Amino acid sequence: MRAIAALLLVCSLAMPAAAQVLEDKPVEFPERLEIGISTDEIAITSDFRGADLTIFGAIEGYDPALLAQGKYDIVVALEGPKDNNTVRVKERIFGIWVNRRSMTFELVPESYSLSSTRDVETIAEPAMLNGVGVGIQHIRLSPIGYVGDGSNMTEFRDAFRRLKESGGFYQRDPGGVQFISASLFKATVRLPANVPNGTHVVRAHLFRDGVFISEKALPLRVMKTGIEQMISNAAYNNALPYGIFSVTLALMTGWLASVVFRKD
Amino acid sequence: MNIFIILGMGAAVGFLSGMFGVGGGFLITPLLIFYNIPPVVAVATGANQVVASSVSGALSHFRRGTLDVKLGTVLLFGGLAGATVGIWIFALLRSVGQLDLVISLLYVVLLGTVGTLMLLESIRALRRSANNQPVSLRRPGQHNWVHRLPLKMRFKKSKIYLSIIPVVGLGFCIGILTSVMGVGGGFIMVPAMIYLLRIPTNVVVGTSLFQIIFVTAYTTIVQATANHAVDIVLAFILMVAGVIGAQYGVRVGQKLRGEQLRALLALLVLAVGARLAVDLVVTPADVYSIVSEGVYR
Repeated sequence: MRAIAALLLVCSLAMPAAAQVLEDKPVEFPERLEIGISTDEIAITSDFRGADLTIFGAIEGYDPALLAQGKYDIVVALEGPKDNNTVRVKERIFGIWVNRRSMTFELVPESYSLSSTRDVETIAEPAMLNGVGVGIQHIRLSPIGYVGDGSNMTEFRDAFRRLKESGGFYQRDPGGVQFISASLFKATVRLPANVPNGTHVVRAHLFRDGVFISEKALPLRVMKTGIEQMISNAAYNNALPYGIFSVTLALMTGWLASVVFRKD
Repeated sequence: MNIFIILGMGAAVGFLSGMFGVGGGFLITPLLIFYNIPPVVAVATGANQVVASSVSGALSHFRRGTLDVKLGTVLLFGGLAGATVGIWIFALLRSVGQLDLVISLLYVVLLGTVGTLMLLESIRALRRSANNQPVSLRRPGQHNWVHRLPLKMRFKKSKIYLSIIPVVGLGFCIGILTSVMGVGGGFIMVPAMIYLLRIPTNVVVGTSLFQIIFVTAYTTIVQATANHAVDIVLAFILMVAGVIGAQYGVRVGQKLRGEQLRALLALLVLAVGARLAVDLVVTPADVYSIVSEGVYR
């Protein structure tokens, strides 16, 4: 699994290079992105109702002429922890709705909040966005296992994106990135109320005239706190003691009841 | 999740279980599912709740001497094996995405059968009392095919000499039900022990409760380790409300006439089963669903 992830990472790094070759511009782009967040760790309590996270950044080595024409576009994504996700579809069999076909996508983010200078679809060509893997429509959804001729891949990918968006896990804000001075920008991404616990990644992408040229990523740890999360952590990390404790609690409750309500 | 709804649910089921002397697991799990608790959690948490509701009953039977530990232990061997197989089936169904469906289907069949049988039985009893006929308890015959099986063992407390094959077999089947459905299984085990194994009625309830404690405890621990599906807070609220509700249920049950109540419980059981059946047939709001591999909440 890790090897595949590493491979994907290599691909993602190699992809823009390939795109540059296709564009027949072997020149190194001088532009670089710098971003910063006020914290690399967010603690969330059980009454968390969602919040906005502001990221500041700057384009370095920019071309003032291009900047003045508004040729630079910035897309900032907050990607949640990754996990394999299975999409299932129900079909009617003898009157009953039964899960029939399914497709598992490898290591997709649990949450995804996107903020950009304008609608991502208008920033670059779909092929370019797919290569970078930025945008809800362009996130990498690679199926695991046998998928036949792959004709139903679109169906499952669309269902996945739709469910994630309607559940509030995937969000987009075209216009969430604003320039505050010539090269300094501010991006606002949304942390949903049901934000997953774990390590998220803030990933900023710089596009110049529809061409992806630079990326910068920062980790952001989201830690849920409070009694509920403590119990949940115990259930996952100390499962056996947790189970034994559950049974002991039940035995004690039953025994106490028989003592308290004893009739004789 | 509203704590008062859970409390009410636990108290109501506890009340009914006290009134009718049933464990209540077969009502708790479907109610939790109606309340949008994932079926995986509903089943595992239901098993945990049954541990508590069985302990007080088993203790009072033990004090009264109406618990056959030896017979219970033989049942338990079957029960633990059955629960192990059941957990394996549970994990398999979950990995292929059919767990929720199978749980609902099993409940529809189980609640439909138990509800219908109870309703018929209580209607018959009501007719008899209306005609002023004396209630004739069916006297079970002395022997059937079960008593010709080998590997016999003497159970002193029950005053019975019985092959252990049907006992272990019964425990095994109930064990599977416990881990897949989150029920104690007393409502199947008690009639089976009386009519199939011809075990004297006075030790049947205590002995079945004895085996239920250990099988549900084992199931809870395995569910917690393998599926992380036990919700201890939910289970605890249900337990406390349940044991208190049961005390009042017992008192009310002793005062009221049995037949009408039994018919009411039968209708309730049928209604819960029907609701589950409807959910299986009605077109879902969305035919697509996503399951994340790591977390399931």
